Amino acid sequence: MMRFILPFVLFVILSVFLYRGLGRDTAEIPSPLVGKAAPAFVLPLLHEPAKQFASKEMLGKVWLLNVWASWCSSCKDEHPLLMNFSQQHIVPVVGMDYKDKPVDGNETLKAAGDPYNLVVSDIDGSVGFNFGVYGVPETYVIDKQGIIRYKLIGPVTPQNLQKTILPMVARLQAQ
Amino acid sequence: MIPELGHFSLIIALFLGMILGVLPILGAARNNSVLMGVARPLAYGQFVFVSLAFSALAYAFLANDFSVLYVAEHSNSHLPGQYRFAAIWGGHEGSLLLWALFLSVWTAAVAIFSRHLPEEMVARVLGVMGLISVGFIMFMLFTSSPFTRLLPAAADGQDLNPLLQDPGLVIHPPMLYMGYVGFSVAYAFAISALLGGKLDATWARWSRPWTTVAWVFMTIGIMLGSGWAYYELGWGGWWFWDPVENASFMPWLLGTALIHSLAVTEKRGAFKSWTVLLAIGAFSLSLLGTFLVRSGVLTSVHSFAADPKRGIFILSFLVLVIGASLLLFAWRAPKVGLGGKFDILSRESLLLSNNVLLSVASASVFIGTLYPLFMDALGYGKLSVGPPYFEAVFVPLMIPMVFMMGLGPLARWKKMSVPDLARRVQWGFASALVLALILPLSMGRFLSLESNKFSAMVVLGLLMAFWIIASLVISLKQRWSGQGTFMARVRRQSMSYYGMQAAHLGMAIFIIGVTLVKGYETERDVRMNVGDTVMAGGFEFRFKGVTQTAGPNYTASTGHVLVYQDGRSLGELLPEKRQYNASGMPMTDASIQPGVFRDLYVSLGEPISESDGAWAVRVYIKPFVDWIWAGCLLMGLGGILAVSDRRYRIHKKAVLATAPQSSIHI
Repeated sequence: MMRFILPFVLFVILSVFLYRGLGRDTAEIPSPLVGKAAPAFVLPLLHEPAKQFASKEMLGKVWLLNVWASWCSSCKDEHPLLMNFSQQHIVPVVGMDYKDKPVDGNETLKAAGDPYNLVVSDIDGSVGFNFGVYGVPETYVIDKQGIIRYKLIGPVTPQNLQKTILPMVARLQAQ
Repeated sequence: MIPELGHFSLIIALFLGMILGVLPILGAARNNSVLMGVARPLAYGQFVFVSLAFSALAYAFLANDFSVLYVAEHSNSHLPGQYRFAAIWGGHEGSLLLWALFLSVWTAAVAIFSRHLPEEMVARVLGVMGLISVGFIMFMLFTSSPFTRLLPAAADGQDLNPLLQDPGLVIHPPMLYMGYVGFSVAYAFAISALLGGKLDATWARWSRPWTTVAWVFMTIGIMLGSGWAYYELGWGGWWFWDPVENASFMPWLLGTALIHSLAVTEKRGAFKSWTVLLAIGAFSLSLLGTFLVRSGVLTSVHSFAADPKRGIFILSFLVLVIGASLLLFAWRAPKVGLGGKFDILSRESLLLSNNVLLSVASASVFIGTLYPLFMDALGYGKLSVGPPYFEAVFVPLMIPMVFMMGLGPLARWKKMSVPDLARRVQWGFASALVLALILPLSMGRFLSLESNKFSAMVVLGLLMAFWIIASLVISLKQRWSGQGTFMARVRRQSMSYYGMQAAHLGMAIFIIGVTLVKGYETERDVRMNVGDTVMAGGFEFRFKGVTQTAGPNYTASTGHVLVYQDGRSLGELLPEKRQYNASGMPMTDASIQPGVFRDLYVSLGEPISESDGAWAVRVYIKPFVDWIWAGCLLMGLGGILAVSDRRYRIHKKAVLATAPQSSIHI
């Protein structure tokens, strides 16, 4: 009669995972990297894979790193806001197309508009891994010394943009 | 005062639920008819008090009572009336109340329409539903009361999420919730069968209409959600494999399996323990969906604000309900037995394979949805899967399923002869194949595309759809043959037979829609100055510029786009870009001219230059896209036809388990 107890056993295993899942807060636990230097990376540009972008080029500037992917639905949620925001030219926004086919990434931006100053593609997700990317979208605020000052997991919203990201950018730019 | 009355009504409903969950079940175990007799009045009483609580919240919304925290967070004095009402279920707390309301509606409905059932069955079913309601009402009262006050009151509300300010919101969640909660009836029937140890064909006949009605609600609910995403997100897509979409799709798949499995249990007395497991599974996935959406373990467009306390509560509830049911299953299922025997090739075996495929499909969606969670918990790092995974896994599973869907209604119960079946379907299959090969050759001209695309996926999709239709024709021809006038022969078949065929035809229509829109859609993304034109799929779009308009609680930039085909005007499309006043959130509202064979779809991107009024404009031609939703509607209609079968209304005499030889229907 083992087979009748099997569904129960599977469910117990599932519940353990769900319980562990509760511990992992998808938005608020600060990343261990906050306050530390952002992992340096060199990645090809999404639009021109022949060219490369090195993160140290941004030293001396405050910038945002927005991790996204064409397959990510919450990214579509934050997209109009980023479009709006990038037109104000407050701070450079670097996009990182995470674990995505460059063709799909390019098509998405072509279709919806490109809010980024430049976009790099992290095809195998290795740079994302160094950043501790955990689900797209994620947004990082990086200061002039290349230190991560803030990490947002989940889509940018008008609230967290106005209340957290913009004031922080203004403060860091003044330093 | 009114919100406090609502809160108080909920507390009373909680106590009624507690009594309902204990006394009748006890009475059924002890064969005490007084204890069993309280089930119905308690069910009605609970319905009354949950309705009062719901009305109290509705009143707070309609009266703009911003001293209620939930109202202040989800409404605004400028929000139009219908959305103020719909905002009741626009957030976590209120949608839970809607859940509880529907649960009490279903409970009361079971109480009313169960006069012909044995007393202890009614007592157990209502009791189990009462226990479920206790969990939900406690969840609301302890962690998420919609009646919490905000003192001092807010001057105005923060407004409803603009994504939700749409006629779609008014009916999509209620439909979907009716479906989710409706599976609790099938679940309660299954549990009461396990408790009573009696599971036979009559049990299956009682469960079937309830399960089908819940499935119809769910089908329509998912359809509305998909349609809403199509025109509201402005991306032209109709399904995104978002965790919350998946949360509704998983129970739908299992519910579909359950409907078929119940048919076998009713007709042949087979699949008994499997049917019970599916009933538990379908409702468990409904609950799990609730957990996923509200606990914040997965991020999604739809997620409600996460609160760890809530997560713990739902998880405990989940473990209690599902764990206890599965333990009960492990203990009692051996007693229920497996049921009748059948040959390795028979209608039973085809239905069993269909069940297995649907369950595997559901499991694959489940794994994909929870993949980030599993990997993270196991320390394998941060991974997530997107549509590529789902499409790669899902489509191969559906191909054999659709093939068997055509064979099933033609096969005989118990034992079928393969050569005989093959002879009956060979012409149908051949014509489906020929049509599927030929049609793509002329599709290009028909849809006035630039070129004739010929892709294997299109042929495969069309073959599947035509195969279903061919088998339907064969089946109808066979059923309608014989003596008497044509109308008499048509009437001789049962409503549930027609219901099944309508639902299968709906599936065919759905597949045609998916295949053709994927294969032949055209998309243009252009910068348009005032007066510019763009050609897409034989249509000419002329951009006349953007005007500013003011809505009740937003300002909008409205694009004016004229459409021509061969110089003939097809009218004007008015896509909008809205900025909502209270929240400051931008929203895209696509403008669509629907048609039987294609939708013209225009949405506004961003303004490119302020000075000359140029905008980024997105234009899509979506061939046959409406067939996707038409197919879903037809599936729902099939369910309604099946429920209207007269045998569900003949209660006087219990019909024997074995099906009469002459009319075999699913």
